[in-house]
Amino acid sequence: MAGSSELSPAAPALPAAPGISPPLWLLAELTYRCPLHCVFCYNPTQYARLQAEMSTAQWVDVMRQARALGAAQLGFSGGEPLLRDDLEELVQEAHRLGYYTNLITSGVGLNAARAQRLKDAGLDHVQLSFQDSTKELNDFLSHTKTFELKQKVARLIKAHDWPMVMNCVLHRHNLPHVDKIIDMAEALGAEYLELANTQYYGWAWANRDHLMPTREQLVEAEAVVNRYRAQPNPACRVLFVIPDYFEERPKACMNGWGSVFLAVAPDGTALPCHNARDLPGLNLPRVQDQLLADIWARSQGFNAFRGDAWMKPPCSSCDERDKDFGGCRCQAFMITGDAAQADPVCSKSPHHAKVVEFVRRAPEHRGVPIVFRTDSESRRLHPGG
Amino acid sequence: MPVTALLPERPRLSRLYRLQHEPVQAAWVLLYPEGMVKLNDSSAEILRRCNGTLTVDEITAELEALFSVQGIGPQVTSLLQEGARRGWIV
Repeated sequence: MAGSSELSPAAPALPAAPGISPPLWLLAELTYRCPLHCVFCYNPTQYARLQAEMSTAQWVDVMRQARALGAAQLGFSGGEPLLRDDLEELVQEAHRLGYYTNLITSGVGLNAARAQRLKDAGLDHVQLSFQDSTKELNDFLSHTKTFELKQKVARLIKAHDWPMVMNCVLHRHNLPHVDKIIDMAEALGAEYLELANTQYYGWAWANRDHLMPTREQLVEAEAVVNRYRAQPNPACRVLFVIPDYFEERPKACMNGWGSVFLAVAPDGTALPCHNARDLPGLNLPRVQDQLLADIWARSQGFNAFRGDAWMKPPCSSCDERDKDFGGCRCQAFMITGDAAQADPVCSKSPHHAKVVEFVRRAPEHRGVPIVFRTDSESRRLHPGG
Repeated sequence: MPVTALLPERPRLSRLYRLQHEPVQAAWVLLYPEGMVKLNDSSAEILRRCNGTLTVDEITAELEALFSVQGIGPQVTSLLQEGARRGWIV
């Protein structure tokens, strides 16, 4: 609570630097290991080659430094963070430091004893992912038999009086079930439902054509959401994350590069966004090698796309550049080959036609098998890498 | 007054929200699942008193005494109504 945060002596306060705001969000990706094999996972497809994980003491040090810099929200994510058996210890330290702690989980590994320990440690909130309202599709998309387990975990979350955010990634297979997904969230007592249309990174990029919905599906799903919201006193707050491939303007990715968001990968690499690792020419220091304050304020990686000096036309002269910051750097790189281009989902981008083609031609490219996120697929996609 | 009908008699912060002072931001913030709202000073002073014990009139009186002002009832009510609409207070 107020005033309980303790400044780490190792972390000097951020020196006043023009245009650099403090990080407010720390995403601790504790591990890339995961018992699920979701086809839309945003983890890097080369995760099997990135198996090193930081120790408990190293994570504690990162949390202390980030808190001293101003981070107030802390997400424990992965992979599946419950696979770390020091999770309770990390939550307890985070709570002591004054963070609002979020556990972002598939639910696998959460039993009654562990839930009680996490409650005692001070965990504030649990975000539980579902793949669909039906057992068949949930279990197919995650390539596991986890649907019933997730229902049990949802009841456990409610029994411990945590606010519950239910998260469901949407795509062409489950968009027609949005009404049932809302019903399920209500029945399980979720306070929030995040309907997150697939963003095409990592494994989702590899499976893009299999996941791509039609505009009609999206319009219909959004109408269902709006009808639910229009009821008097809906029990659940529904967030509908817009699929940017169908938009004319890009998302304000990360609220601007190096603006509020700081992710730390399992191996200690500090990232301005979860997928920044794939961008060429970025020097992304590891938290074991450099103080977080230095990384945030002075590293090449965190400054590469900070502010707007890096922008090229049409962004550099665009009157919306302070609103969307040119969109997503990773998407710009994946689609145009240049991370400093405008995000091509923007209709002002000279590459916008490529996005339109991705959507239009997706049905023609479904002859190849869908790729489940597994160690062997990861190694197959990145031989020797 | 019909406008106050929406407000609980003794407002308190919803269990979904946590109010905390952030030294780096030099501000009180409301923290909730995956989000944060930075509060201005007057909103923070009002919300800090939403403990389920004080009535809206008592909150107003406390603030009037603390800041040596009069007649801030309408501002307090309006902030509380906004907070109730957003689900901050119940």
